[in-house]
Amino acid sequence: MPVHLVWLTVAFPLLGFLVNGALAFARPNARRAVSVAGVGSLVASFVVSLGIFLTVRSAHIVEPEIVKLWAWLPVDRFHIDIAFQVDPLAAVMLLVVTGVGSLIHLFSVGYMQEDAGYARYFAYLNLFIVFMLVLVLGSSLPVLFIGWEGVGLCSYLLIGFWFSDTANASAGKKAFLMNRIGDFGVLIAMFQLWTTLGTLEFVGIAREAPRLLQPGGTAVTLITLFLFLGCTGKSAQIPLYTWLPDAMAGPTPVSALIHAATMVTAGVYLVARTNVLFAMAPATSTLIAGVGALTALFAASIGLRQYDIKKVLAYSTVSQLGYMFVGVGTGVFVSGLFHLVTHAFFKALLFLGAGSVIHAMHHAYHASHSHDDAQDMRNMGGLRSYLPKTWVLMWIATLAIAGVPPFSGFFSKDEILTAAFVRGADNPWYYLFYAMGLAAAFATAFYMARLMVMTFHGENRSGAAAREHLHEPGAIMTGPLIVLGVLSALGGILNVPAALGGHHALAGWLRPVFAPSAGYLQVEELRGSTEYLLIAAAVLAGVAGLVLGYRATLNSRLLPAREALPDTGFARVLANKYYVDEAYDRVIVRPVVGFSRSVLWRFFDQGLVDGLLVNGSARLFRGVGWLGSQLQTGQVGFYVLFFAVGAVWILHVLLG
Amino acid sequence: MEQFFSPILAAIGYNRWILHVLLILPLVGAIGILVAPGSWARWFTLVVAGLEFFLALGLWFAFDPSNGGIQFESQVDWIRGWGVSYHIGIDGISLFMVLLATGMMPLLVWGSWHSIQVRRRGYYALLLALKSAMIGVFISLDLFLFYCFWELLLIPMYFLIGVWGSSNRLYAATKFVLYTFSGSLLMLVAIVAMVWTVGRATGTYSFSYDHLLANRDALAGQAPWLFTAFALAFAVKVPIFPFHTWLPDAHVEAPTAGSVDLAVILLKMGTYGFLRFAIPLFPAFALSPAVSAVFVVLAVTGILYAALVSMVQPDLKKLVAYSSVSHLGFVMLGIWGSTVQSVQGAIMVMIAHGVSTGCLFFLIGMLYDRRHTRLIADYGGIARVAPILTTAFVITAFASIGLPGLNGFIGEFLVLLGSYARFPVAVGIATIVIVFAAAYLLWAVQRVFFSPLVHEANRTLRDVDLRELAVLVPLVGSMIWMGVYPNPFLRRTEAASRRYIEMVSPHLPPLAHEAGVIRQEAAR
Repeated sequence: MPVHLVWLTVAFPLLGFLVNGALAFARPNARRAVSVAGVGSLVASFVVSLGIFLTVRSAHIVEPEIVKLWAWLPVDRFHIDIAFQVDPLAAVMLLVVTGVGSLIHLFSVGYMQEDAGYARYFAYLNLFIVFMLVLVLGSSLPVLFIGWEGVGLCSYLLIGFWFSDTANASAGKKAFLMNRIGDFGVLIAMFQLWTTLGTLEFVGIAREAPRLLQPGGTAVTLITLFLFLGCTGKSAQIPLYTWLPDAMAGPTPVSALIHAATMVTAGVYLVARTNVLFAMAPATSTLIAGVGALTALFAASIGLRQYDIKKVLAYSTVSQLGYMFVGVGTGVFVSGLFHLVTHAFFKALLFLGAGSVIHAMHHAYHASHSHDDAQDMRNMGGLRSYLPKTWVLMWIATLAIAGVPPFSGFFSKDEILTAAFVRGADNPWYYLFYAMGLAAAFATAFYMARLMVMTFHGENRSGAAAREHLHEPGAIMTGPLIVLGVLSALGGILNVPAALGGHHALAGWLRPVFAPSAGYLQVEELRGSTEYLLIAAAVLAGVAGLVLGYRATLNSRLLPAREALPDTGFARVLANKYYVDEAYDRVIVRPVVGFSRSVLWRFFDQGLVDGLLVNGSARLFRGVGWLGSQLQTGQVGFYVLFFAVGAVWILHVLLG
Repeated sequence: MEQFFSPILAAIGYNRWILHVLLILPLVGAIGILVAPGSWARWFTLVVAGLEFFLALGLWFAFDPSNGGIQFESQVDWIRGWGVSYHIGIDGISLFMVLLATGMMPLLVWGSWHSIQVRRRGYYALLLALKSAMIGVFISLDLFLFYCFWELLLIPMYFLIGVWGSSNRLYAATKFVLYTFSGSLLMLVAIVAMVWTVGRATGTYSFSYDHLLANRDALAGQAPWLFTAFALAFAVKVPIFPFHTWLPDAHVEAPTAGSVDLAVILLKMGTYGFLRFAIPLFPAFALSPAVSAVFVVLAVTGILYAALVSMVQPDLKKLVAYSSVSHLGFVMLGIWGSTVQSVQGAIMVMIAHGVSTGCLFFLIGMLYDRRHTRLIADYGGIARVAPILTTAFVITAFASIGLPGLNGFIGEFLVLLGSYARFPVAVGIATIVIVFAAAYLLWAVQRVFFSPLVHEANRTLRDVDLRELAVLVPLVGSMIWMGVYPNPFLRRTEAASRRYIEMVSPHLPPLAHEAGVIRQEAAR
């Protein structure tokens, strides 16, 4: 397929959005038409993406091909086109977004079947794909930014999809606002890049940055720091991660697509896309790796004590994104992207698996008129006999995320940890990041085993009435799960390292994308024995976490949510997510709103400016006028007196 | 399309008569309403408004984008003894102000079709008269003429607010007139002093803008107080923080059409005044570091301050009114940014703010027509009963927030990008507003349209009808158009912006961070 047809990948979902948007108003119950438009447009987009990918491969496209659509912001020297960039990185992202996207769209047909907002749901989901593709295809930062903000919009709309509940609407708003803090960083980075480099196109940045920027200098450090601020928002890193767990208020397939597989990885993509800048800014890179490692460990620890199945997975996503940033912060951009890809497979699988569990639980509770929480793992247990396929598939994903060979997550996570360790030789901080990553790997395996046991093993705690209604969802939902299961199990093949007999296929594929940064990063050679030791350590951490988590959870006495005792001690701190949300609310949100209301508006605006100065001056003039009017008494004698005094004074002036 | 329309327009001599017609037609219409039967008033106004818009549409095609100077120009002596002439014309900056003013006209009438129940004749006559005055302000190239229209405009606006407004209308109307009038009186003194000074230096006493501009060096000595007088008049009108407190009152009390007109046109007169008169006439003083600092600080303060105050407003109209102050701060920042990008950005913000804030006031008007309240707390869950109205509001809100792909982003982005080279710290602080802008609008959206439907009265609130849809569709459509394909707008404002920069650039400090400079350093 000719590369210039890449716009078709965007056009199909856009068409789907328009059709479904119209149907949402005109024929909200035309479910079949909605499904065809919604899923069909995605599959069409995936087919085109596949064609583009094969072309890039067969034609050996190394230099990015720019496909210009129209001139968007032509202002004097500043000139931005709506243009797409096709290169190996874009090709990979195209496949991930449209591939995983198609599976999740298909799953949604089953999951959302009975929802009144079916057409609206698919309209939003299609629109999301449009913006996500603009994000990964845009040939310049401003075009990327259209997608970047657009996916934020769709995320906002889908988190608050069931808007009649205030909590959902709030969660959507919170996500958008926290992302906007990050977007502030992206904007500033763009302004600074434009003033120093005179270009915002990725090709131009790669060309001009080495000429005009001092490696390790203030300018490039500032630019990358501001870009990274954007990443912390979009990719939910410390300190802007708190929106992602709340984002679970949206439908579960949305969590899988937007808040696990695609949108939240945009920050990692942005760093990879502008890799030359980050390679030139070692200070920023160290910070990124540090923030990533801290987030990985911090979020994993919260995941240890969550009871809502989606919340566990949400913190897990935050934590895994942390790994990706350790990767790109260490300078191994390929490993970061590799983990992005494998994570898209296994985390989408985990979320969709959780979706089938919630779907089953919800139906069971609905049928038995129970008001218990269908997402609370304390109400589950023993589900493997009711949802056997989901059970097996979720174990595959669990082994993948825990880093057990030969499942996909093992390869990608191991590469990141190894690279961090190697980097420690010239920057000891990285040893610390490595240790944190290893600890997080243990915690990850532990909370995943806990999730699996609480959900699928042991006694069932759903209640007798509900139990009779539990069953596996239909093929339209399990089908996508199976495909993702295969990908999660085998995805590691993409990039098997030399030490294990592979030849780094993904690394070879992406090499031209990271060529500009190669000169700034020295590659350390690793002795074979060390590499095998590191692999052994990573596997050990994962397996130990799984075994301990499995046994600890199985041996603990679990009660349904309504009978459970509240957590105590540090467990309570973890269950309450270290009270970070509360702290943000007390320290930032409430003071800003309170200050705006009482000081800025009531005191300054209404009291001082309007009351004292504006209306005060009006009163002053009225007062002076009143004084003047008092002279007009109507008594002739008074006037004569004034006349006489005045006349005398004038005579005095004239004659004296 | 241009190739198709241009010869037709040329054949009918469009360029020669269009501005006169646009200026006179609404006034003639107003007189017509007064003599015609009262029951005709609404339809008659709609026809006049439609005709006016239809005629103005030709400007889009007849305007020559490559020409940065004045087009459609004509000049007739008016009061020869004083050097006053009827001199009109437009460039790329005023073109869009005229298009906004005329384009909004049919929507204004159509959008508030049932809102006015009393004294319709007077209302519609004033609405039309107001339009003539507005167009006059943007096409005048003689300062006497400009001043006349500038002040004339207050009269219809005063009555529109004072007679057809809400409960506290007299206070708001009086405040609006007194506040803006006291500002512009200073401008009158400055205009006369300017003509006098230039007259003494050149021997020609004239109110002509061209004449004054050509001899602006003669004004250099008195620039500080002359500029200050102009600046005060314009600052009140913009309004620049802290001269803004008349605006929330005027907006809240005005009827829907008045609010829309205020937001779309009146608020652009101040910034237009800076671009056309205050800065080009006194560039050395206006753009000096000290004066720049004052305006940039006020602009940035206003951007953030108004956004924060907007966030805590319980009244929807006040919320949008404060948001206007914030948006207009961007225009001021862009003007003082003094690069082609920032000035074009400022113009784009003016256009975009007109469209999206106008649309917000229409939408609030529609809510008010149904429930007779503007308080956010009286709504909630409206999305369930009025999905189309909700959709329109949410799109407009995001346009106003500055979501790329919609109109608001283009201007704000260009303003910030273009001003960054000159005022990096100020731009950095101003950019924080993207968080607050999302906060005040999305919080309002959440409380009005989402959340549970708690008030029984809202359960029967009906969605928009066809008439209202006909108002919303063109507005929302142009938000998307301007965001996705702003090229036609940028192309028509580019030459004029570049000419403006050339006009003031001798008095600008060079940009230390310009890419070229850095490139040279790197080469060394």
